[in-house]
Amino acid sequence: MKKKVRTNGKSAMAGQPAMKLRLYVAGQTPKSMAALSNLKRICNQHLDGKYELEVIDLIKNPQLAQGDQILAIPTLVRNLPVPIRKIIGDLSNVDRVLVGLDLRGSDRESPKDSPSSAKSIGAGH
Amino acid sequence: MAKRSKVIELEIPLNGEPASNSLPKAQTGISGLDEISGGGLPRGRTTIVCGGPGCGKTMLGMEFLIRGAQEFNEPGVLIAFEETPQEIERNVASLGFSIKNLVDRKKLFLDFVYVEPSEIQETGDYDLEGLFIRLQHAVDTVGAKRICLDTLEALFSGFSNERVLRAELRRLFRWLKDRNLTTVITAEKGEKTLTRHGLEEYVSDCVILLDHRVREQISTRRLRIVKYRGTSHGADEYPFLIDDTGISVLPVTSLEMHHEVSSERVPTGIADLDEMLGGKGFYRGSSILISGTAGSGKTTMSASFAEAACRRGERCLYVGFEESVHQVARNMTSVGLDLTRWVEEGTLVHEAWRPSQYGIEMHLLRIHKLIEAVKPQHVIIDPITNLVTGSAQKEVYSMLMRLMDYLKGRKITAIFTNLTTDSEELEQTDIGISSLTDTWILCRDLELNGERNRCVYILKSRGMAHSNQVREFVMSRDGIRLVPPYVGAGVVLTGSSRVAQEAKEKADALVRSQEIEKKQEALERKRSVLDAQIKVLKLDFSAEELELERMIKQQQSREKQLNLERDAMNRIRSGAAEKKIDSASAKSAGDSK
Repeated sequence: MKKKVRTNGKSAMAGQPAMKLRLYVAGQTPKSMAALSNLKRICNQHLDGKYELEVIDLIKNPQLAQGDQILAIPTLVRNLPVPIRKIIGDLSNVDRVLVGLDLRGSDRESPKDSPSSAKSIGAGH
Repeated sequence: MAKRSKVIELEIPLNGEPASNSLPKAQTGISGLDEISGGGLPRGRTTIVCGGPGCGKTMLGMEFLIRGAQEFNEPGVLIAFEETPQEIERNVASLGFSIKNLVDRKKLFLDFVYVEPSEIQETGDYDLEGLFIRLQHAVDTVGAKRICLDTLEALFSGFSNERVLRAELRRLFRWLKDRNLTTVITAEKGEKTLTRHGLEEYVSDCVILLDHRVREQISTRRLRIVKYRGTSHGADEYPFLIDDTGISVLPVTSLEMHHEVSSERVPTGIADLDEMLGGKGFYRGSSILISGTAGSGKTTMSASFAEAACRRGERCLYVGFEESVHQVARNMTSVGLDLTRWVEEGTLVHEAWRPSQYGIEMHLLRIHKLIEAVKPQHVIIDPITNLVTGSAQKEVYSMLMRLMDYLKGRKITAIFTNLTTDSEELEQTDIGISSLTDTWILCRDLELNGERNRCVYILKSRGMAHSNQVREFVMSRDGIRLVPPYVGAGVVLTGSSRVAQEAKEKADALVRSQEIEKKQEALERKRSVLDAQIKVLKLDFSAEELELERMIKQQQSREKQLNLERDAMNRIRSGAAEKKIDSASAKSAGDSK
């Protein structure tokens, strides 16, 4: 099952390209369902609708796990903007999701997050 | 568990054959590994292959899969966490495997699992269902019976939630078992544990430890089956190597010792040596050690054995570590041995390489491979000493032991030459291997009167009446002779001293015989003198006898004559006498009256 959610609302961060997201789930497990609802809430709050979301159920399309190197379920992949970021878990920790999606920007306050962010920029793939 | 399997090891003889009640096995097809593991890896179970970096873990896993697909028709899946399929393809291509073909034929499925921790942000509860889905997909695609996870521990660097990870690993091993997949999991060796992350906690069916050591710039790979539940297995460290045909494991100690023995004898190529060995030579399939100092004739002796074998039409393998093939061939023509001819005819396979070229097990393997290819009846290794330069002595011994066992098992007569440096230590350095050999011939030099001569004696020869004599080893264009040396007056003389001594003896003998002749002549003369004297005496005697007889006869005839005369006289007297008597009687009568 592929489910695409496309929204073309006005951008909260003008000038930036739309964010391309993929959420990998495996069936309708509680973790997957939690992740999906958490993701939708975060996107609505922080992306102001300017994003593209694709939900991929690996039970139905197992061969798709190879392309994005999916091991953990659920995994949220940000394909755009580069670099590619992966966020695993049910996305219940909103702060970490925002760090993972580089949505913290200049108001990033947590010092422990900065090294991980810096590393990810250096480690292009 | 380890305890239990140890007990089993002790109880079951290590005969390399899987016991009938033991676990089902999946053959690896890796030469030697199936032998020491009693038939392969546990079928439908998980084996951990652990070791340091570069020890050959991935290679073992790959070969297990490739051979499984090629030789046993068991499709396999490789889940690579560290190398991309292209890299793996290149790596195994260098070892003579082509996996592209197997992948195309759906005998092999490669999945590269890339874990980059810096890209991953953990934001709550998760599991590794994605990995399971990929595994299931891979297994389903080729209908896999075998799977290799290389290196599963990469997961530990990718995910920080160890609790989740360990739970998922437990689930993974159960998952693999449920699907009856014969699994190889590679893992880095930990400092105190077998694997860095303690994977052996989850899998306890079979653990294989690989090791890669470098000693004196020569690397040695070793394999040990640390644990194999429910199976008797070789517990030693086995050297293995990776070459252009993949992995080869060499069992250090032979698992069995019941080779059939032959009582057939093989001539040594030197008639005098045959004579010393009970008149017939070596036993077929026995091991012969020829020890000696430099230049004592070891190579010549081995070469003449080889030449004689080829002459009989028997195949011979000659492995040299000291001289090149051509050099040996040239040198042997000086004693009338033409090796080149047999090499050209193909009865003799002559190989030479530097002992420092490889580590010890590589030598052994190369010899093994040559033997498999040539299928000789006789093998000569000249000399084994040079192997020590490459490795520790202990390893050489264990290698030679294996080689001897291997050769004996195939009824191949084996000659090993051994260079000894000092005549004092001659018998010490050889002790390790001499006990393994059946016949031990010692060549030594004797320095005497400004010359050096070669001597040969048989130190031991199992199962035959052999000479205890020290013979002089004489090489000439006509070949080799073993001359009995001069032994007398408490000294052994060889070379020119022996020749001089022999000449002297000859002269002495001549003088002695002449004297005897003289004495005999004198005796003869005396006898004839005596005879002559006897003759004279006899003649004298017979003359005297005749004279005496004549005299006796004369006297007798005279006596007779006298008697006759007296008778005649009497008669004459009686006529006159009658008258006389009458007158006398008358007279007397008258007188009486």
